[in-house]
Amino acid sequence: MADFGFSISKTRSIQLSKTDLSKYNQLLEAVPSFKRCISCGGCTASCSARQFTDFNIRKTHCYFRRGQYDKLEEELKKCMLCGKCTLVCPRGVNLRSLIINMRQILTNTNEVILG
Amino acid sequence: MENFNPFVLPFVLGSIALLIICLYKYIRWVRQFDRLQRATLRKNILSTKILPAIGEMFRECLLHLRISKKNWRLGYMHRSIAFGWFLLIVVGAIESRIGFKGEFHYWVAIFYRFFNKVPPETHTAVVFTQIMDLLLLYVLSGIILAWVKKIKSRLLGMNRATKHTVMDNAIRISLWSIFPLRLLSESASACLYHNGGFLTQTIGNLFSVPVAQFLELPLWTLYSIALCVFFVLLPFSRYMHIFTEIFLIYFRKLGLKEHTKATGFTKFELSSCSRCGMCIDACPLYKDLGITDVQSVYLLRNLRNLEHHKDIIAAGKNCLMCNQCAEDCPVNIDLMNIRRISRDKGELDSIGNYGYLQKVKSFNAIGRVAYFGGCMSHLTPGITESMQTIFKAVGQNYWFMDEDKSICCGRPLLQQGFNNQAAELRRKNTELIVNSGATMLITSCPICYTSFKKEYKLSIPVLHHTEYLNMLIKQGKLKVKKGDFKVTYHDPCELGRGCGIYKEPRTVLKAVSTLLKTKHDKENSLCCGMNLGNTVITLEQQTTIRNTALDNLTEPHPDVIATACPMCKKAFKHGTDANVKDIAEIVAENLA
Repeated sequence: MADFGFSISKTRSIQLSKTDLSKYNQLLEAVPSFKRCISCGGCTASCSARQFTDFNIRKTHCYFRRGQYDKLEEELKKCMLCGKCTLVCPRGVNLRSLIINMRQILTNTNEVILG
Repeated sequence: MENFNPFVLPFVLGSIALLIICLYKYIRWVRQFDRLQRATLRKNILSTKILPAIGEMFRECLLHLRISKKNWRLGYMHRSIAFGWFLLIVVGAIESRIGFKGEFHYWVAIFYRFFNKVPPETHTAVVFTQIMDLLLLYVLSGIILAWVKKIKSRLLGMNRATKHTVMDNAIRISLWSIFPLRLLSESASACLYHNGGFLTQTIGNLFSVPVAQFLELPLWTLYSIALCVFFVLLPFSRYMHIFTEIFLIYFRKLGLKEHTKATGFTKFELSSCSRCGMCIDACPLYKDLGITDVQSVYLLRNLRNLEHHKDIIAAGKNCLMCNQCAEDCPVNIDLMNIRRISRDKGELDSIGNYGYLQKVKSFNAIGRVAYFGGCMSHLTPGITESMQTIFKAVGQNYWFMDEDKSICCGRPLLQQGFNNQAAELRRKNTELIVNSGATMLITSCPICYTSFKKEYKLSIPVLHHTEYLNMLIKQGKLKVKKGDFKVTYHDPCELGRGCGIYKEPRTVLKAVSTLLKTKHDKENSLCCGMNLGNTVITLEQQTTIRNTALDNLTEPHPDVIATACPMCKKAFKHGTDANVKDIAEIVAENLA
C-alpha cells in the first residue's frame, strides 16, 4: 500500500466472538445476580470512592464482561466495599460480592484458611 | 501385683494416652500464640484473675448455668452428665481412699466395687455407697435425656440439633454406654459381694449368682473398654471441649482475645465448641431461609478438622454477622471474629490502595464535636438532616466530617477479611479526627460506631447518636415534647448485640412517644437482612428475612417503627407502608 505519511487509526471494535469469556462465566457462577445488570450506572453515581477519584464501578464490570482485563485489577482496589452501590442497585445485583469475586478471579486467589 | 486385674488395662492405657495427647496439643497451641497474646499472658499469669476464672469454670464447665438460663431442660441434661460425672470421680476417690484396705492403685478408685469385695460395714461406708448410687442415677437421668434429644430434639426445646460426623457419633455411643455398663457391672458385683447401694443392690438381686459370676468380668471389661474408647477418641472429637473450655475461660480472664489472624488462641476457641447446636435455632439463615450447613457449629468444626476447604469458604461467607449465634453460644466463643478470620483474603488484601485519600485535608474543629454520618446515612438524608437540626437546637458547634465526601470507616472491609485495607482506611480517619481537635465523635451508623468504638484507638469519646440524644435530654439541654403516638423499636444487630446499647434508644423514645414491646426485643432482636456481613444471599432472601423482622415490629400496631440504623431503616422502608423513622428523626420532629 502506498505510504501517504499518515494512517487510519484502528477501530475500537471489540470482537466478543473472539473473546475468552471463561472468567466472565466464572463470575456469573459466583454472582448470579450480575446477569440482571442493566448498566444503569446507579452504582457509580452513589459510589463513595468515586467522590475522591475517577473510579467507575460500572465501567469496570463492563470491561470485565467484554474480557478487557487491562489495569482492571488496580482499578478495583480503589473500592472501599462500603456497600452503597449494593443498596441503590435497582436490579438487586450483589455488587460487593461482584467486586470481591472480580478481584479474586483476576488474581486467581482465594480465601486463606487459618492462615 | 495385688489388686490388679487385666481388665483395668484398657482404662489405664486410655487415660495415659488422653493425658499425653492433650498435653501435646495444649503446649503446641500455647506456642502458637502471637506476640501480643504471649505478652498479655506473661503479664497477667500470676494475677488474682485466676479466682474469678475458677468461679466461672465451676459455673460453666460443671453447672452449665448459661445453658440453663436459655433452656432449663438442656441445662439439666448437660449438668447431670458433667457435674454428675465429676462428683462420681471425686466422691469415688474419697470413698476408696477412706474405705479401701490393701494396696491402693488409682484404678481401684474407678473399679472400686470390683476390688472392694466386702459389704459396707461402717456408717461412713454405707453413706458413701448410697451417695455413689444416687450420683450414678443422676448421670443416667442425663443420658436418658440425651437419648430423648437424639430421637426428638423438640422435646428438649431445640428445633434442630446438630448433624454430627461419624466420628462424633461413634464417641457418643462410647460415652452413652459408659454409665449403663457401670450400672450393670456394679450390680453384678453387688449380687456376689452385697456391696451395692439402693440402685445397684436392687438390680444385683435380680441376677442369680451363677449368672452374676459368669457376667461379672465381661461386664467390667466392657466398662473399661468403653472408658478407653472414650478417652482415646476424646482429643479428636467434640468432647475435647470438656478440658479445653477450662483453659479458654482462664485465658479469656487473663485478657487474651482473637486478633486479625488465626493464632493458638483460635485453636483453643475452636476446640471449646461442644457442637451443642444452640447457634442453629435462632440463626436467621436457618429460621427464615432453611439454610442448614453454614451455622457457626459447622464452620468451627470444619475449621478445626481443616476438612472440606470449599465448604469452609462457602460457609464462612454465608453469614449476616448479626451476632445472634454469639449471643446464644453457651461457651461465649468469639464466633464473629472466627468467621472473619475464615474470610481472610490473603494476597488479595493488599496495601496502598487508597492513595487518592491523601488529598483529603484536615479540618480545624477545635471546640466542636465531630459528626460522622457514615456511608449509609447518605442514602437516608433524613437522619443527617435531623441530627443537624438537633445540633443547632442545642447550640452545639459541630463538624460534619463526611458531609459531601465520605471515607468508609473500614468495617465492611474488615468483615470480609481485608484486614490491611481496612487498617489503611482507619489510619486516614484517625488522622483526620486527631488533627481536627474535635472533642467528641458522634456517628449515626451502628457499623461505623462499632468500628470507631472497638477497632479505632481514639482518645475522644465515641457516641452513637442515640447515646448522644439521651445525654442531651438527661442534661436538660435538649427539650422535647411527648408526642401522642406509639412506636416499636428495632434493635440494630451491631448496636444491640454488637455493642450492648439497649437502654439509651429506649429512654429517648420513651421521652418523645409511647414505646411498645415486641416479641423479639433486645438480645433476641431480629436482623433486618441487609447486614453487610453477608455477600452470598440474594436480595429475595434478604427480603424474606426482613419480612420476618417487619412482622414482629408491626404486630403491636405501632404508629411508627423506630430504628437507629440507616441500613435497617432503608430495609424496612421498602417493605411496608407503615411509617419507618430513625430515632433522630422522631426527636427532631418533637422538639419542644
